[in-house]
Amino acid sequence: MTLSRDTLRGWGFAAPALLWTLAFFVVPFVVMGAMSLATMEGRTLIWGLHLDNYAALAQKKYLWRAIIVSLEITLTVTVVSVLLAYPLAWIIAFRVPKRWQRLVLLLSILPFWTSYVVRSYAWLLVLAREGVVNKAMIWLGMIAEPVTLANTRFATVTGFVHFFVMLLVLTIYANLIQLPPNYRRAAMDLGASAFQTFRHVILPLTLPGIMTGAFLTFVLCIGDYITPQILGGNTELTVPQVIMVQLGRRADFPLAAALALVLMGIVTLAYLAFARWLRLDRI
Amino acid sequence: MMKRTPLLLMSTALAGLAGAAQATEELNALVWCDHTDPALIEPFEAKFDVKVNLREYEGTGAALALLEQSRPGDWDVLVVDGIDVFRAVEAGILAPLPAADLPEADFFPEVVMEANNTVDGTPYAVTEKFGYNTISYNADKVDAADMQDLGKVWSDKYSGKISIYDYYLPVIGLAAMADGIKTTDITAADLPALGETLGKMRSAAASVAGVVAAQTALATGEVDIVVGGGEWLTAVLEGEQPNLTWTIPDQGAVMWSQSIGVLADSEQPDLALEFVKYIVSPEGQARLATSSCFWGMPANKLAGDHLTPDQKETLRWDSQPEYLAKAQLYPAPDADLDIEMQDLWLETLQQ
Repeated sequence: MTLSRDTLRGWGFAAPALLWTLAFFVVPFVVMGAMSLATMEGRTLIWGLHLDNYAALAQKKYLWRAIIVSLEITLTVTVVSVLLAYPLAWIIAFRVPKRWQRLVLLLSILPFWTSYVVRSYAWLLVLAREGVVNKAMIWLGMIAEPVTLANTRFATVTGFVHFFVMLLVLTIYANLIQLPPNYRRAAMDLGASAFQTFRHVILPLTLPGIMTGAFLTFVLCIGDYITPQILGGNTELTVPQVIMVQLGRRADFPLAAALALVLMGIVTLAYLAFARWLRLDRI
Repeated sequence: MMKRTPLLLMSTALAGLAGAAQATEELNALVWCDHTDPALIEPFEAKFDVKVNLREYEGTGAALALLEQSRPGDWDVLVVDGIDVFRAVEAGILAPLPAADLPEADFFPEVVMEANNTVDGTPYAVTEKFGYNTISYNADKVDAADMQDLGKVWSDKYSGKISIYDYYLPVIGLAAMADGIKTTDITAADLPALGETLGKMRSAAASVAGVVAAQTALATGEVDIVVGGGEWLTAVLEGEQPNLTWTIPDQGAVMWSQSIGVLADSEQPDLALEFVKYIVSPEGQARLATSSCFWGMPANKLAGDHLTPDQKETLRWDSQPEYLAKAQLYPAPDADLDIEMQDLWLETLQQ
C-alpha cells in the first residue's frame, strides 16, 4: 500500500507536534508511571512493580488530607473566580464603549505583567497584621485589633482568585462578544424579563466560555505549588507541597511520582466532568 | 549626560565581555545561597583567573538527583548539609580530601565534626559554616526571660504569634530537647511523645515558614517568635530592626553545619581543591560568615581577624564557648527513622 501525497503531506505537517507530544508528554508520562511503581529501600531506588506508594496513599492520613485540601481550595477558587469574572466580563462586553474595550481588557489583565512569585509575596504583605487590609479595617472601625489573614487558606484563595479572575475574564469576554444582540432583543420582545433572558438565553450560550475558563482554573490551581507555599503558611498542605517535601531531602521520587499521577487522575476526572461544555470553537 | 549613557552602557558591556573572555577556566559549584554573594566569590575568581558558576539547591535529595542526572565532570564542588556528607560518599560522588591541606587545627574543635566529614578515616568534606536552630524573637514584643524556656515559647501566652521553621529535623530536635531527649538518642519509640510536643507547638503557631517567609513574618510583625530560627534568620535584619534578635534557651539548641567537598569526577580537582581551601581560609570564612544571603559562624576561628567588632557581636562571637556547650547535634536519622520523622512532621502540619 502506498500513501498518497496528501497523506504524506498531512503526516509531515503533524510530525513536529506528534514528536513534541511524544518527547515531552508520552515519554515523561511512561517514565513517571514506571517511577511510581518503583520503591525506596533505605535511600536506594529499586525499580520494579511495587505498589507501596499507592498503598501509602491509603495508609497515610496526611496524604489523603492533602488531596482533600487541594480539592477544597481548587473548587473554592474556581467558583469564586467565575462569580467575580462573569460580571466583569459582562460589563466590559456590554457596558464599556467599543473603543475603550481593548484598553479596559488590558487593564483587567495588568496583574499578569508582574511575576507570579512577586505578586504572591505582595499579597503576603497586604494581608499581614500590619498590612493595608488590617489597617483599613481598623481605620473604618470594623475591627479593634488586627486579624490573621496572611498564612491562611483565605490568603491562598485570595492570591489564586486574583490571578484566575483575569484568565476567566478573557475566556468569558471572548464568548460574550460573539453573542448576536438579536438574541437578547428577541427574548425581551417575547416577554422575558432581564433575569429570564440571562437565565435562559445568555447563560446557556456562554457556558462554553465559563467552563473552559473554569477548567483551566481548576487544572492550574490544583497543580500550583507557589501560592499555597507562600500565602498558606503551611498551615495545611496541598498535594504539590507534599510532593516537594518528598523530593527535597529524601529524594523519594517513587512516592512523588505516585502523587503526581493521582493529581493527573483528578484532572482527568475534572476534564470528563467539564467535557460536555468544553467547546473551544464556541469561545 | 544623555549622550554619555550609551557610551557608558557600551563600555560596561565591553568590560563584562572582556571579564568573561579573560577568565581562562570555569569552575562549577553546587551550593547553598550564601555562596552566591559576589563579595565571597570575586576574590577567588580574580586570584585564579577563573569564572565560578554557582547553582543553588535546596535539600540534599534534590542535589543528589541533580548530580545523578548530570554528566561526569559537570560539577566540581559540592556544599552539603553536614549530616548528609555520608550520603554523598555512599553515592560515590565525593573525592577524598588531603587532610594536610585543611586548616582544621584552626577550627572551633566542636565543629570539625570528624564523624560527619570522614568515612573510614578518610576526609571527604570539611565543615565551613555552622550556627543554631533555636529561637528568634522580637525583643519589643516578648519577654526575653520567657525565651529561655522552650515550654514557655509555645505556651498559650504566645499562641498565634509564632512561626515554625519549615524543616522537620531541627524542629523535631528542639521538641526532643524540650522533652529532655538528646537529639542523638531519638528513636522511633520517642516519636509519639515528640508528636504531642510538636502538636502543642503547631497549635500555637500562625505559620510554618521557609527562610524568606519566616524573615518576612518576623520583620512585618506577623509573628513575634520563630521556632527554629537563629542568627542565620535575624542577622541580616538586625541593621534595620535591632529589636529582632535570637537566643539559646536553657534546654539548648540544635547546631546546624554545612560542609564542602570536591566531586570525585571533577575534571579540575586541583582548582576545586583550591576553592575549598579558599572557602575555609580565614578571609573566605569571614566573607562566607557574613554572606548577604544568610549569616552564620565560620568554622575557622581565625576568621575573627577579618570580621569587624560589629559583625562579631551580631554573630555572638564571644558567646560561642557557652553556646557550643549548650548545643546538640542535628538529628541524623537512618533512612527508616527519617521516613517516620518526616511522616510525623507532615501529620503535624496537616492537623
